[in-house]
Amino acid sequence: MDLLLKGGTIINHDEEAVSDILIKEGKISKIAKNINTGSKTETIDCTNLIITPGLIDMHVHFRDPGLEYKEDIFSGCDAAAAGGVTTCFPMANTKPVNDNAFLTLYMIDKAKNYGKTDIFPVGAITKGMKGEELAEMGEMKQAGALAFSDDGLPIVSSEVMRRGLEYASGIGAFIITHSEDLSLVGDGVINEGEISTITGLKGIPSEAEEIMISRDILLSKLTGAHIHIAHVSTKGSVDLIRRAKDKGLNVTCEAAPHHFTFTDEELLNYDTNYKMNPPLRGKEDVEYIKSALKDGTIDIIATDHAPHHPDEKFVEFDKAPNGIIGLQTLVPLTFKLIDDGIIGLKEFVKLTSYKPAKIAGLTDRGEIKEGKIADITIIDTDKTYLYDDKLNKSKAKNSPLLGASLQAIALYTIKRGRIVHKN
Amino acid sequence: MSFKKKDLIGLKDLIGLKDLSKDEILFILETAEKFKEIGKRDVKKVPTLKGRTVVNLFFEPSTRTRTSFEIAAKRLSADTINFSASSSSTSKGETLIDTIRNIESMSADIFVVRHAFSGSAKFIAENTRTKIINAGDGTNEHPTQALLDLMTIKEHKKTFENLNVSIIGDITHSRVARSNIWAMKKLGINLKLFGPKTMLPVNTDPFGCDVCTNIEEALENTDVIMMLRIQMERQSKTLLPSVKEYAKLFGLNRKKMQMAKKDAIIMHPGPINRGVELASDAADSPKSVILNQVENGVAVRMAVLYLLGIHNGG
Repeated sequence: MDLLLKGGTIINHDEEAVSDILIKEGKISKIAKNINTGSKTETIDCTNLIITPGLIDMHVHFRDPGLEYKEDIFSGCDAAAAGGVTTCFPMANTKPVNDNAFLTLYMIDKAKNYGKTDIFPVGAITKGMKGEELAEMGEMKQAGALAFSDDGLPIVSSEVMRRGLEYASGIGAFIITHSEDLSLVGDGVINEGEISTITGLKGIPSEAEEIMISRDILLSKLTGAHIHIAHVSTKGSVDLIRRAKDKGLNVTCEAAPHHFTFTDEELLNYDTNYKMNPPLRGKEDVEYIKSALKDGTIDIIATDHAPHHPDEKFVEFDKAPNGIIGLQTLVPLTFKLIDDGIIGLKEFVKLTSYKPAKIAGLTDRGEIKEGKIADITIIDTDKTYLYDDKLNKSKAKNSPLLGASLQAIALYTIKRGRIVHKN
Repeated sequence: MSFKKKDLIGLKDLIGLKDLSKDEILFILETAEKFKEIGKRDVKKVPTLKGRTVVNLFFEPSTRTRTSFEIAAKRLSADTINFSASSSSTSKGETLIDTIRNIESMSADIFVVRHAFSGSAKFIAENTRTKIINAGDGTNEHPTQALLDLMTIKEHKKTFENLNVSIIGDITHSRVARSNIWAMKKLGINLKLFGPKTMLPVNTDPFGCDVCTNIEEALENTDVIMMLRIQMERQSKTLLPSVKEYAKLFGLNRKKMQMAKKDAIIMHPGPINRGVELASDAADSPKSVILNQVENGVAVRMAVLYLLGIHNGG
């Protein structure tokens, strides 16, 4: 079935223009002004709307298999589609851990049959994410994995991390690092700083993240392997990554919307919905993350969508699990950066689809161009709405933004030419 | 003045002194001073909270704070029940709020809560109709301890304004220090903090206090010396090389007392580690007001129980 998008402003990473888009057989077949196909073609009037490549989220947790009470691949894909995301990279900390081709295939097939979102499961680097022996990355790659990570846990042994990097780069994959010095984190639950002093909540210093990022950058230098650093949250981390890039090292990184939206001041109320890892940082860090998004030091935005059951968050602060759901707040929170004049529309596309596709080597997407697959997000940048339980498609409710009024929404999400969500 | 005494009577909760104004703190102290007299009577009982039920919910072991609250409640004729974590269902997997709601259903009027995690008293207060008195939550606050400290200071020094107070010990992990700091800043006290660098927050800006680098500096010109308990059972070996060294560098003895003002008083929240933070010649000296603090603890807790309990149901 053909689909015609009329009169929208098409945003690519390098240009924006008002044009029509004709979609045939799941691909972008033609981009031109005033395409006429006759009345039979399904048409969406995109006047005053923005058309971007389908968003690619390189960091989500779908909890499937094993923890389906938090989320499963169906509800995860529903939330992705509702948030304008057409490609997701679910992390390996499922139960059991996704450290083999069988589970990787299970995840891919389940999402494929559902048809809303392509998923590229991130396989574990080590068996059981124990940080000891390498997992069968080659087989997982053959099954469809593009990247490997023990996300949620750092690989403590530098030797194991080195071998993981070498092996992954040898098979044409890359490593996503969760960089954290656990001994320095200790029992910490929030950022160490003024707010930990005030609240009596134990602090996690920025250096816990920065020390491990330093090591991981050095191991990338040693091995020449591409590392992608997940959820960068501090000023110091950005500086380290900038220096590595200046030296030409094979390093990329991501920031999560919550880390450029909230500061640790939110923790003054001990609200567990603001408990995450890395923790929300200080004002200076948040400003620095924003400027690094602007200047390209931070390559991409990834949500670290981390669903938890409401019961799990309704406990003493120290006992609550880390994480916030983020797929449906990616667009509004990132458009806030545009509203505030920090990034432009082209940077938005670069951060949320073009660069993620480039980093993952996905040549068929990330741009609105003839011949690319028709993964498209149509955004209404002006619409204000209540982000409530009805709108929320995740099984989880762990977002402090639930119940808040937001601006900018993915009006239509198109996956391979099919409308998979309409807001 | 926006403060009305009426506002404090029937107060829902006492979570921390961070949330109270100077006038509110002073009013609680005045109320406590009135209640102190009851403890000196032959018959130490008034009918103020007759028919009310006070439940001591202790999710962390404590003997003296619980005893102090229990005596205070009994002197006000309230019925008291002790619930402690070791014998509770929390170890059977029940959530904190389920436990709270169960006991709430037995029509308790006031919960006195102690819990190992910061913020827990607030969390409980937000999820129960029962009134909450925080008897120590993690490293956050221990408001009645700071109130009894202030009451003791007032008895000995008459005024708070421009008084020099030094708090010495493990500041980072002390709820007693936090409650005292918030209150003392509001009362116009000049505060100095001192302790091993491993026991001072990296960022002390929110306290707005001078942080000293040696004991001389901490004791110089001081009116009140508050020594904190070193929690030997809790400190990991990375914070302190030895208690012997702690006593030498950070502990108080009679000799070091000479660096403070002549009429300086020594305070300690108890229980004392003799020979560690306090040498016996300091703990037992006439300058020590430690047992006076314990006495005032009952009066302060009577005042707080009264203020919270009095309008509850009539």
